[in-house]
Amino acid sequence: MAKDTVTAPKYREFREIPVIVEGAMAESKPYAAKPAHQESVGFPGELVDNWQNVAVKKLGELVSESRALQVFLDTCVKCGACTDKCHYYIGTQDPNNMPVARQDLLRKVYRRHYTFAGKYFPKLVGALDFTEEVRDLWYSYFHQCSQCRRCSVFCPYGIDTAEISMAGREVLDSIGVGQKYCNEILGKVHKIGNNLGLPEPALVDTLEGLEEDLEEDTGHKIRVPVDEKGAEVLLITPSADFFAEPHIDGLMGYAKVFHQAGISWTLSSYASEAANFSMFIGSHENLKKAAMRIREAAIELGVKRIVVGECGHAWRVAYSFWNTLIGPFDFLDKKYPSPSHICEVTYDLLQKGAIKLDPEANDHRIITFHDSCNVSRASRMGDMPGGQFIIPRALLKAAANNFYDMAPETIHENTFCCGGGGGLLTDELMDLRVKGALPRMEALAEVVEKYDVNTLVAICAICKTQFAKVLPYYQFPMDMITSLHQVVGDAIILGENH
Amino acid sequence: MALDVGGKSIETDEEGYLVNRDDWTDDVAKAIAVAEGLDMSENHWEVVNFLREYYEEYQIAPAVRVLTKAIGKKLGKDKGNSKYLYELFPYGPAKQACKIAGLPKPTGCV
Repeated sequence: MAKDTVTAPKYREFREIPVIVEGAMAESKPYAAKPAHQESVGFPGELVDNWQNVAVKKLGELVSESRALQVFLDTCVKCGACTDKCHYYIGTQDPNNMPVARQDLLRKVYRRHYTFAGKYFPKLVGALDFTEEVRDLWYSYFHQCSQCRRCSVFCPYGIDTAEISMAGREVLDSIGVGQKYCNEILGKVHKIGNNLGLPEPALVDTLEGLEEDLEEDTGHKIRVPVDEKGAEVLLITPSADFFAEPHIDGLMGYAKVFHQAGISWTLSSYASEAANFSMFIGSHENLKKAAMRIREAAIELGVKRIVVGECGHAWRVAYSFWNTLIGPFDFLDKKYPSPSHICEVTYDLLQKGAIKLDPEANDHRIITFHDSCNVSRASRMGDMPGGQFIIPRALLKAAANNFYDMAPETIHENTFCCGGGGGLLTDELMDLRVKGALPRMEALAEVVEKYDVNTLVAICAICKTQFAKVLPYYQFPMDMITSLHQVVGDAIILGENH
Repeated sequence: MALDVGGKSIETDEEGYLVNRDDWTDDVAKAIAVAEGLDMSENHWEVVNFLREYYEEYQIAPAVRVLTKAIGKKLGKDKGNSKYLYELFPYGPAKQACKIAGLPKPTGCV
């Protein structure tokens, strides 16, 4: 890391389709998983013999197991609606980062082996064998997709490139070609319980330190409990909330909310991770195995509710998949949604008057909100359509007097990825991450110029880390990125319970 | 990858982290720092030594907040914040300082 050669692209004068730069990102690829990482998540340690056949067979299995995947592969009519919707294409100008081109990397191999025309007239339909060259293209470009699903919003058929890139990564894993970042981390979750590999004594020590800080800051004995049996709520939060900034300030915000509402809660040292990177690599077995720790911990601790902290893809996994993966949740209190998002909990308490916020406490902040992809396009909050957009904003507006949204084509279901999602939040992909942040940074620059916005709020651990890293490349201060529950925590009125 | 320290070859991974933690010496730390473009001052050493002590006890690097608090106690309150730590280690106190301290890279969404 002698010299940082990464530079941010210039803001575009006109937000039009960028000019193609063939092969611009051909060299971009993440570090390969070591045999030990691969084996820790049940994949072959090294490239298997006969890998072409194994890969083609695996692809066939995936297609036969998922009707959605087959429809996505069969229905594309090359209309071009998706081409300029991907932040990585906008930032890199590499045509393989157009969603349709990314899909075609896999579609061509599927056609060759699983369609009549591709089997007999491959050249006519652009069908390709799974050669070493194609394998390398897959490895490079399926790791230039953050699985944010923005393109699927604009596709008239709803083709979801995320599903295709997950399938591509799963095929690669099955032949021993895995990505270090995701697979090493997943191995740690299976072994220790969280992405960091943070063992129980270190977790306990960290949380004790937070309790000291909370008391020093507020004069109130606010607990951050772990492994406390009989608590009402089990909080499942990304382990970055124990480790990184600004994440940890969000964790302290959750603690203040629970404290003030008089809700007993606990973390679990066994299930100390909300993130589940299995989704990024499309692995059902790992998805279930990592999630199962949460069910086990909830039963062991005897809790009545499971609440999920600020983590984007974790909320998708929890909201959309937990019930089939680790449900039914018949042992939890049916008065509350299982699971609940921390924003739903805080919003509900605010509606009931169980907590009060003083927005003047945040008068030094001029706030905008970044919708995280998986929350926006793959889940919901509350009981109203669009609740995942309404609730975080309602909390921010209750906790602060100055709030401004970014341009409508860049928020809600149209939100742009932070540039680091989908298992790409790793240092060797920094060039891609900085370039992929371009459209979000353009939208941010507009509200900074217009309203003097100085605070960018997010509810996803990946987004927070990514922004802390890339903001300076665009001449913004890194500490501009803030946890939603830090803003709430700064505004909450502590004292006698109402 | 490998690092040459006083004629001895020290194995590192693709990102420059030590493969074997036992290879670490003051000279190895200095060599990693040079590769990172850093000049090790006394305050750099305070951070590196704290990281090593903490790792010894907990088998993991400390949270950024734990680190800033400890450094604040050692070097004065005005230095107990991440802004100061970023001045010392521009690529981030967690990753860059861990590398120099010979510890594994913190993983996850950090």
